[in-house]
Order: sequence, then structure tokens, then C-alpha cells
Amino acid sequence: MEHFWQWFSGLFANWGVVWNNFDYLLVGAYPQGPLGGLAMSIVMAVIGIFGAFWIGLAAGLMRISKRPWLSWPALIYIEIIRGTPLLMVIFWFYFFAPLLMNQSVPETESAIAAFIVFTGAYIAEIVRAGVLAIPKGQMEAARGSGLSHTQAMVHIILPQALRNMIPSFVNQFVSLTKDTSLAMIINVNELTLAARHVYTRTMKAPMEIFLTIALLYFAICWVLTAFSRRLERSMARYQARTSHDR
Amino acid sequence: MPMIEIHNVNKWYGDFHVLKNINETVEKGEVLVICGPSGSGKSTLVRCVNRLEEIDQGEILIEGKNIHAKDQDINQLRAEIGIVFQQFNLYPHLTVLRNITLAPMKVKKIPRDEAEATALALLERVGIGNQAHKYPVELSGGQQQRVAIARALAMKPKIMLFDEPTSALDPEMINEVLNVMKDLAREGMTMLCVTHEMGFAREVADRVIFMDHGEILERGTPEHFFTSPQHERTKAFLKEIL
Repeated sequence: MEHFWQWFSGLFANWGVVWNNFDYLLVGAYPQGPLGGLAMSIVMAVIGIFGAFWIGLAAGLMRISKRPWLSWPALIYIEIIRGTPLLMVIFWFYFFAPLLMNQSVPETESAIAAFIVFTGAYIAEIVRAGVLAIPKGQMEAARGSGLSHTQAMVHIILPQALRNMIPSFVNQFVSLTKDTSLAMIINVNELTLAARHVYTRTMKAPMEIFLTIALLYFAICWVLTAFSRRLERSMARYQARTSHDR
Repeated sequence: MPMIEIHNVNKWYGDFHVLKNINETVEKGEVLVICGPSGSGKSTLVRCVNRLEEIDQGEILIEGKNIHAKDQDINQLRAEIGIVFQQFNLYPHLTVLRNITLAPMKVKKIPRDEAEATALALLERVGIGNQAHKYPVELSGGQQQRVAIARALAMKPKIMLFDEPTSALDPEMINEVLNVMKDLAREGMTMLCVTHEMGFAREVADRVIFMDHGEILERGTPEHFFTSPQHERTKAFLKEIL
């Protein structure tokens, strides 16, 4: 038993490596060099979720349109992405974006593009479900008072639907934050790659280093989840009365 | 020219023939009560009048304008036809005041202060002038339905459609809504009311029609309707409900 504890604590003896490289894990070489580490992960996740929101909103609304020329492209996009691993999408953008644009695309940008397109498909499904969950009497009341379909969407349906979707958006943001670690595969210097850099440079303390970044990911996601739970609770009282029928 | 003309209207839901050759004319200022058992097509008929439902055959004219015509601006027409639903359908994310001012501001482009003044006057008229800044969930069912009526009236409609306005209400709240509707009828509003409130029909309806299985089986004055109905099914229905 004593042996085990000696061995086990030996595994975690070298926190000095983490301490000395902590700023590198947090912000990379910034401000002398390029941004990296945790800051880069967060930047990619934030840009990713904002971009994905707009793409997802558009695709989700197109998906529920009665016009096939709007709903079909959205359906195809959503189904392809949902049936594909994120890593694959990252590779597509990494290899094909330069070919398509006929110039080199920096890794970070192509990773962010991949995150936007990937997360957008999931947001589209959230938007679709959120809009369909609004009782149909809301649309009827709005149209019945003379509002156009677009006005009814903008003033009546979406404000209610988006409010209900906030917890799902936060969940998507949590997933994306963790998924940014995949960008290391195309050499984006985010938190996971930064950790590997520290390890390869020192060849010491892998347990301490990777435990540290696990805690960093966890801390961010936990704060977001707690925030989302609070939102969910405070929103419950705004729920629309459900309409039964005529 | 009559306010509403319904000519040979037929409608199907798949194989189900929900409206069978409906003909009806409503004059300006007339109050028409439509009754009948559930599934008789009465709600569907009312909802066809502002085109919340499409019709398959026939035509519906509002002051001579065919509302189901392809080139008809439906939003403009609907702005002149108020509708009140069984489930109120107030906008839960907006205050009572915003519920009422939204359509006048967005559809008729009425400035906010003018729309708000109108809304407050209407709330006063339906007896809930002090609730303007609350949210719908904070009101009772009867209050919500009165807000819904005020919301429809804010567009200064020529016609008011009521689709079972008191069916979702607790009994003690029915009268507060009916009283608002009676006032409206006496002020000369053209009204189409789907309702089971026979007291209301007797008091303010100019005519009552009875529908069953998508057909109009009986039509007449309330007097005729309640005292000497001709059709067997009308008699059976009245026996059930009175």
C-alpha cells in the first residue's frame, strides 16, 4: 500500500513544470508571439458559436419552409453534417479550402470555418424544434391581425422560440468548447496542442500537464452549464399556454 | 352591398368533407351566431372568412372583394377583420399593452403614442384599464380573453369573428366576456360568433344558424330557432344544450 502511494504521488510530483508554463497554457506566446492555449480555444469557440448561430438560424428556418427549394438544401446540409465526424469536417476545410479559394488559408481560420459549418447544422435542428414548439395559435393570432409571415416570425415566433432555445445554445457552446481540442490535428495552437508543446519541450510531468488542461476545460464548461441551468429556471414562467384544439 | 357573402363553399380535409356547399350572407351590423355539435365545421367556416383556412370550391366576398383570390392582399384584408380565439392566443412574451399595439404599429404604421392611447382606451372599455403593463400569464382567463378582444378591436375592424370565445373559460368568467361582446353587438359591429352560449344568442343575435356534418341545417331568428326548430337534429341539439 505504501508503495502504491509513493508511486502515485510520484506521478504528480512535478507541478513546477505546469507552474512555469502556465501562461503558455493560458495564452500561448502572446503578447510576444501569436495567441494560443486556452485563450485560442475560447476565441475559436466564441467565433464558432456566433457564426453557427446565424447559419443555424437560416438553415433551421429554411428547413421548416413549405417551399422545397428552401427546405431541401437545408435538409441535405443538416443530414450530411450530422452524419459526419467533426474531425472529418476539419480535414475538409483544411485540405479543400485552399483549393477552392486558390490561396493558402491559415489553419486557425479553416478550423473556425469547420466549427461554424459543423455546429450550424446542430443549431439548425435546435431552431427547427424551437419554432415548431411554439403553439400554432400564436402564428394564427399574428396572421389574423394582418401581420405578414415574416413580421409574425420576427415579432412573435422567434422572440419566444429563441428564448426557449437559450439552454440548448449553451449546451452546444459547451460541446464546441471541448471540440476545439480537435483543431490540434491541423496544428492550431489551442489548449490541447499547447499542453503537448509543453510536454514535448520538457519531457516531464505529463500527468500534471494534462490534468491541468482537463481542469481548465472542466471549469469553463461547468460555469456555462450552471449559467444555463439558472436561465432555464428563470425562463419557465414565460412559457406560452399550450393550445389544445378547435 | 352585404358585408360578407359566402357562395357555394366546399372544403375537404383529405377525404373528410368538412364544409358542404355553404351559402350565407351577413349584412353590415348584423350579429350571426353559428352553433352546432363539435366537428360540425362551424369553427372551420369562421376561419375561412379571414383565410386562416383555405377553401377548395366557391368564394367568400368581404364587401365584394374575393378574399381567396390569388391577387388579393390578404394582410390588408385581415387588418379589417378581427378574430378572437378559444385559447386567447395572447403573445406571452409581450405586455398587455404591447399585445394590443403591435399590429396597429406594424401593419397600419400608427405611431406608438397614438397606438398606446387607443390601446389604453380599449382596455378601459373592456374593464381592465389597470392591467396594461402586466404580462398575459398574470391575468385570469376572462381578463385574457378581454385583452384578446381589445387587441382585435385596436385594428378598428369592420367585422369581428369569435371562435368559441368562452369555451375555455371557467364558468364565473364567462359573463365578463359575454358582456363585452354584447356591448359590441349593440354598437353595431358586424359579428360572426361560434358559441354555445344560447343566452347570448337569444339576447343579441339577429340570426342563428345551426350546422352539423359540414352543412347548414337550420337558419332563422333566435325566436324561430329556439321556439320552433324544424330539423330533427336541431331539436336534438337544443335538447342537449338547454
